[in-house]
Amino acid sequence: MATAVATAGHDSHAEGHGEHVHYTSTGLENRKIAVWAFIGSECMLFASLISTYLIYKGRSRVGPWPHEWGCKTSAAVAKTRELLQGCSPADVMKPILDIPVTSQSTFVLLMSSLAMVLALAAVETKGTPLPAGAGWWDRCLASSKFWLMATAVMGATFLGYQSYEFTSFVHEGLTIKTNLFGSSFFTLTGFHGAHVTAGVLWLLTLFAIDVKRGLKGKTDVLLVDICALYWHFVDVVWIAIFTLIYLIQ
Amino acid sequence: MSDHNAHGSAAKADHVEHPTWKQYKWVAFWLTLITAIEVWIYYTPFKDSAAFAPTLMAMSAFKFGVVVFYYMHLKYDHAIFRRLFAMGLGIALFTIMALLFLFHKISV
Repeated sequence: MATAVATAGHDSHAEGHGEHVHYTSTGLENRKIAVWAFIGSECMLFASLISTYLIYKGRSRVGPWPHEWGCKTSAAVAKTRELLQGCSPADVMKPILDIPVTSQSTFVLLMSSLAMVLALAAVETKGTPLPAGAGWWDRCLASSKFWLMATAVMGATFLGYQSYEFTSFVHEGLTIKTNLFGSSFFTLTGFHGAHVTAGVLWLLTLFAIDVKRGLKGKTDVLLVDICALYWHFVDVVWIAIFTLIYLIQ
Repeated sequence: MSDHNAHGSAAKADHVEHPTWKQYKWVAFWLTLITAIEVWIYYTPFKDSAAFAPTLMAMSAFKFGVVVFYYMHLKYDHAIFRRLFAMGLGIALFTIMALLFLFHKISV
């Protein structure tokens, strides 16, 4: 594929400190094409993990179970506590998924996507003078550092929720080796958590660059744009996981 | 000459109008609202209805689409990006359906 190089000299918006944006013959930046192809392949990875979870769903022989009540001393499983007869209270295993806690972490991740688009918008409009009488909110909207850090903090908060969830599951007797549910659940959500961790590190790197020399110009907009695409992809994967794994029984 | 043409198309392809802060705010509002509705109906008797799972999946698909089209700018960006993403997503969805069919989780 033939490529052309758009340099600062050809672009009135470029800052001119040796920035080179590599375009393909399609007129599109090749790194952006690469990241979309990567996201497409990531869809397949998560599809295989979600499929595995769904196939193993309901096939665990021992508890704890995601949505069902169980008994430690027998193989009895029921949809409600009342239906679980002949099991002493000490042996009852309650459904392990904690919907209120996961709803909060889902909200945090959704809001982090909002912060991410505002970070990208702030980098894109960097250098544009603020209108006369601009208030604190306008200054806030124009601060890429603020939004990058906000996104990273919300991502880290999501990871904190996930750590809490994993720890409480282990305390309740569910590990990756306990049953098919545990194996497929920890693999799926663990892979997603690893992606979020990579995203947080990426965001902190961009924040450090912004603090050190400032993110500006087309090359830096592209850097943030690619990170934003990855971050939103992590968000949409969680949208699917939250519905398929946590809410649908 | 070809480089010059590439420059022209590059500038054209690069110049895409992204949503404004107000649009982003409304997208976030709808995402939050739909998530709240999803969680709310989980605690209602509707959970035992046969329509529960399809309703949740429809809402989830809507949220997925909103994030992809507005936050990932797929609505505004070049068609090649849409095709690349659609190709991966299409294979992913086909894989899920095929595996669920093979393992008798769904039937025709």
